[in-house]
Amino acid sequence: MMSEEQPINTHTIAALVDNEAGVLARVIGLFSGRGYNIDSLTVAEVNEDEHMSRITIVTTATPQVINQIKAQLQRLVPVHRVVDLTVETDSVERELALVKVTGKGNDRVEALRMSEAFRARVIDATPESFVFEITGNTAKIDAFIGLMVPLGLQEVSRTGVAAIARGPERM
Amino acid sequence: MSEKLTGAQIVLKALKDQGVGHIFGYPGGAVLPIYDEIFQQEDIEHILVRHEQGATHAAEGYARSTGKCGVVLVTSGPGATNAVTGLTDALMDSIPMVCITGQVATHLIGNDAFQEADTVGITRPCTKHNYLVKSVDDLARIIHEAFHVATSGRPGPVVIDIPKDIQFNLGKYVKPETVRHKTYQPQIKGDMEAIKQAVDLITSAKKPLFYTGGGVINSGPKASQLLREFVKLTGFPITSTLMGLGSFPSADNQWLGMLGMHGTYEANLAMHDCDVMINIGARFDDRITGLLEKFAPNSKKIHVDIDPSSINKNVMVDVGIVGDVAHVLEDMLRVYKSRSSKPDAAAMKAWWAEIEGWRARKCLAYTPDKKSIKPQYAVERLYELTKGGDTYITTEVGQHQMWAAQYYRFEDPNRWMTSGGLGTMGYGIPAAVGVQVAHPKSLVIDIAGEASVQMTMQELSTAVQYRLPIKIFILNNEYMGMVRQWQELLHGGRYSSSYSEALPDFVKLAEAYGATGIRAETPDELDDAIKKMIATDGPVIFDCIVTKDENCFPMIPSGAAHNEMLLADDQGLDVEVSDAGKAMV
Ligand SMILES: Cc1ncc(C[n+]2csc(CCOP(=O)(O)OP(=O)(O)O)c2C)c(N)n1
Ligand SMILES: [Mg+2]
Repeated sequence: MMSEEQPINTHTIAALVDNEAGVLARVIGLFSGRGYNIDSLTVAEVNEDEHMSRITIVTTATPQVINQIKAQLQRLVPVHRVVDLTVETDSVERELALVKVTGKGNDRVEALRMSEAFRARVIDATPESFVFEITGNTAKIDAFIGLMVPLGLQEVSRTGVAAIARGPERM
Repeated sequence: MSEKLTGAQIVLKALKDQGVGHIFGYPGGAVLPIYDEIFQQEDIEHILVRHEQGATHAAEGYARSTGKCGVVLVTSGPGATNAVTGLTDALMDSIPMVCITGQVATHLIGNDAFQEADTVGITRPCTKHNYLVKSVDDLARIIHEAFHVATSGRPGPVVIDIPKDIQFNLGKYVKPETVRHKTYQPQIKGDMEAIKQAVDLITSAKKPLFYTGGGVINSGPKASQLLREFVKLTGFPITSTLMGLGSFPSADNQWLGMLGMHGTYEANLAMHDCDVMINIGARFDDRITGLLEKFAPNSKKIHVDIDPSSINKNVMVDVGIVGDVAHVLEDMLRVYKSRSSKPDAAAMKAWWAEIEGWRARKCLAYTPDKKSIKPQYAVERLYELTKGGDTYITTEVGQHQMWAAQYYRFEDPNRWMTSGGLGTMGYGIPAAVGVQVAHPKSLVIDIAGEASVQMTMQELSTAVQYRLPIKIFILNNEYMGMVRQWQELLHGGRYSSSYSEALPDFVKLAEAYGATGIRAETPDELDDAIKKMIATDGPVIFDCIVTKDENCFPMIPSGAAHNEMLLADDQGLDVEVSDAGKAMV
């Protein structure tokens, strides 16, 4: 039977792929062509010798669609391995954000105080601005950005999620 | 040390080493070096089509009728974009194809050069895989890899885009045996635990049904043979999708006919009521399932498919088995034979009695006419006058395609070529060209519609040039009949743009091409005309003038369930279709 009432959950999926031309386009085309969500996507080469890249995708879907996403990714010729880090492993996730805040007086003091509470670092400062660097899981970064809004938030640049399974095993 | 070859020489050598006998293609600036090499050899025959779409469908017909890979060669830009429909068609129907496209020289890529198109970008979603060749030293490996990808696992089209400079550059050739892919290794053998679970379900079934598809044909003749053995051994009824016709003989009493939107009453009701469904190489397409919520509501489902992504995609199944049909069937048969428990004979008897009741409804019966040729009658007569012979059937898309599926009967695999997944009008003539190239002595008939044939009629010229005696059997109802039928059903009989206005005189058209034209207008002249067509030693257009407003039954209206089928004697198309149903295609 169809999945009328399946719950929708957020999953982090990692794929090891050949770092060849067009591989990212294949993955993104698969998601857009089949109507899957992409909440975040990161990609970089992780194995220089074998020219392999790791793509980390955060997506939101029903369990049936998550299984489809895995199977469809696995079907792409340059894809070595696909792991649903949310279901198949206990994993850690981190994201990095650069956050630009402008302001004077109390707001500026408050922004600095908050950044310390969140363990963000100041990586650029002028008399009327800060650029903070913050690392953490998505919820923490969302929370920090939310707090910066009334204090003069100007601009955010986020890397998207990088994730890896806990423990000694490799993917 | 092997000597260096030009890229174009490497292409020809690689194709030869892959056992390619025929290429369907069309030249242009960006592939001239390859055409120059074709000119200078005799192992591979090039069939010059009249439009690149024709090359792709010809390659599909060639592939599906032989089990081999179809090969296409086209130029850059418009050559490549013209091939897109056929690539998509091959992807949807899992047809193995390698399509080589020329590309502008490497240093011009990205500059909007003359006849430049982003071919790998355009064809990425309509191929199983594609390549842009960046160095002549990669070329041989890529070609061999492309054949491997196209023909193994779930077959499909692969594009190799070769810039013109690479066709001239000198590089090393490598042989096919030396190429092995790092990541691409489809699973062939099914999981034994799952196979045992499937057999458990099969032996405990009271209302079982085999539901088979194109995967049986793709798996090769052995799969059809094993399927026949298994079906005979179990005594279960069997139905098939449009793409699977021929994998089980239609003359057999266990055969219920095709299922789905225009499937038989008995096949669809058996599907609706079955308690164990054994899906072998079919993919729960929406033409088959109808309304998903009401699809076979009381059944346990087994699904054998070589593509893991087909399992649990549209329909959740109880036992999914990833593997090649022939391999899985072999294991399943062995396990089944080793079991002492067999399906309950009394239950089977009752199930067959129920099925016989549905059969007695004679859902394919139609009211014959003295004056005008009913399209169903035309296909029936065509079948009677060609049966037992060495015949291949292709089709276009529309009512005639469904009538061909219903009234032409197939006893063997690879004899039936139709555009199932994409539903491409214009498929039939070029597909027939491809089939006839592969089987020069056989009778190849395109069962066609007068609208569809006009989409690729130019390929008749190809047939004349290469003396391919294809027969284009047009069920001419002067309508895009399938469109007209849906308009009658869903749009209040407002026949918006579905009348085939300004039709050519097909007999004269045939003559203009140097082929033979035959026309039949009444039932009593039909048989003689068909015999004349069969006896004609060359391509024929047969203009069969049929009843204009005939509808294709049975029909499951979109958004309805299998047990809500319309039959011919239900008096027309007087049904309520839900808004959700109307929105479906
Ligand atoms: C390339 C393409 N365009 C449009 C359609 C939509 N379509 C499906 S059947 C059909 C009419 C076909 O008419 P004809 O070839 O005369 O066949 P008939 O239904 O009359 O037998 C159309 C337009 C299609 N399937 N393919
Ligand atoms: Mg018509």
